[in-house]
Amino acid sequence: MDIQQNITSFHLDVLKEIGNIGAAHAATALSTLLNTKIDMHVPQVEMVSFNDMMERVGGAETFVTGIYLRIEGDVAGGMFFIMPVEQANQLIRKLIHEKSFDFAQSPSELGLSAMQEMGNILSGSYLSALSDFTKLKLYPTPPALASDMFGAIISIGLIEVSQISDYVIVIDTSIIEHEENAKEEVSGHFFLIPDPNSFSTIFTSLGVG
Amino acid sequence: MFTSLDVVKVGIAQLDVATQKQTIRTSGLGSCVGVVIYDEVKQVAGLVHVMLPDSSLSRGDQLTVAKFADTGVPALIDAMKLKGANAVKLKAKIAGGAQMFKFTSNQDSMRIGPRNVEAVKNQLRKFGIPIVSEDTGGNSGRTIEFNPQTSKLQIRTVNQGVKDI
Repeated sequence: MDIQQNITSFHLDVLKEIGNIGAAHAATALSTLLNTKIDMHVPQVEMVSFNDMMERVGGAETFVTGIYLRIEGDVAGGMFFIMPVEQANQLIRKLIHEKSFDFAQSPSELGLSAMQEMGNILSGSYLSALSDFTKLKLYPTPPALASDMFGAIISIGLIEVSQISDYVIVIDTSIIEHEENAKEEVSGHFFLIPDPNSFSTIFTSLGVG
Repeated sequence: MFTSLDVVKVGIAQLDVATQKQTIRTSGLGSCVGVVIYDEVKQVAGLVHVMLPDSSLSRGDQLTVAKFADTGVPALIDAMKLKGANAVKLKAKIAGGAQMFKFTSNQDSMRIGPRNVEAVKNQLRKFGIPIVSEDTGGNSGRTIEFNPQTSKLQIRTVNQGVKDI
């Protein structure tokens, strides 16, 4: 099935449900970890050009901390958890009680491994929920961590799809931490980018092929 | 004297050409390679933001020439000739081809940066275009901006500041 030509709004709704279930589990995991309330936005599922993809987190140059892993198995694709770097700093400072922690300036090993572990927990809970829901086998690589320009980070997730198309179907779910009296909220994006030939597997598994 | 120049912005898998009184920029290069080809005399400069090394990787119905090194470089040279560049006077500066994530996996997509750099160099060699300077590899994202009046390529990273090559 050429998914990009045949995708219907019904298919997009199914993908939204996947984003919903995955991110809800990840939000619960994060909420337990931080002992705070975590909300999530309604997932956005869209087919976007590569350049529009860059605008999802404020442009290709936005300084972010990103966790990336590759999924193999019944379904293949890339998965990212992306936060603006200043917000990732706040999160890790709170988690390891190190006030001066900064991803931009010689970050401590402890903070880096805390972020790595958070990536593990969040992506693990997202993907296991997805796997339970679809009954598909998903084998994620260990997550890798980088703090850099969003464009430089997300482009690795576009390599597979770019061999087929100039557009990408992205399942974008954001989660937000609300804290009493906090001036800023902490928010992160999950991007699930299935390889183009994985969509029919996903839809078939849910009986909508 | 300082005059503000118009910036020609080039997106991922796109190419464009700048002339006098313009600069040309692409943002957030990771494993992609930014290839700047320029004619110092005519002050015409082109930039292509290459994502993949070879168009034989394409499995789609349509071919976006600027996406691949082997089609993007020739297309850029053609676009520059249309803007008055002299094909025998061309020089190049290149940047990008980083490995953003350290993986133990030997998966092809993780090695895409070095493969892109190599493919770009092969194309430039084929057209006899010398590479005057380059800033490739490593593991930092780059934003690059070329000024055809000075032939300088400015490279910005989040961790190592700004430099000209």
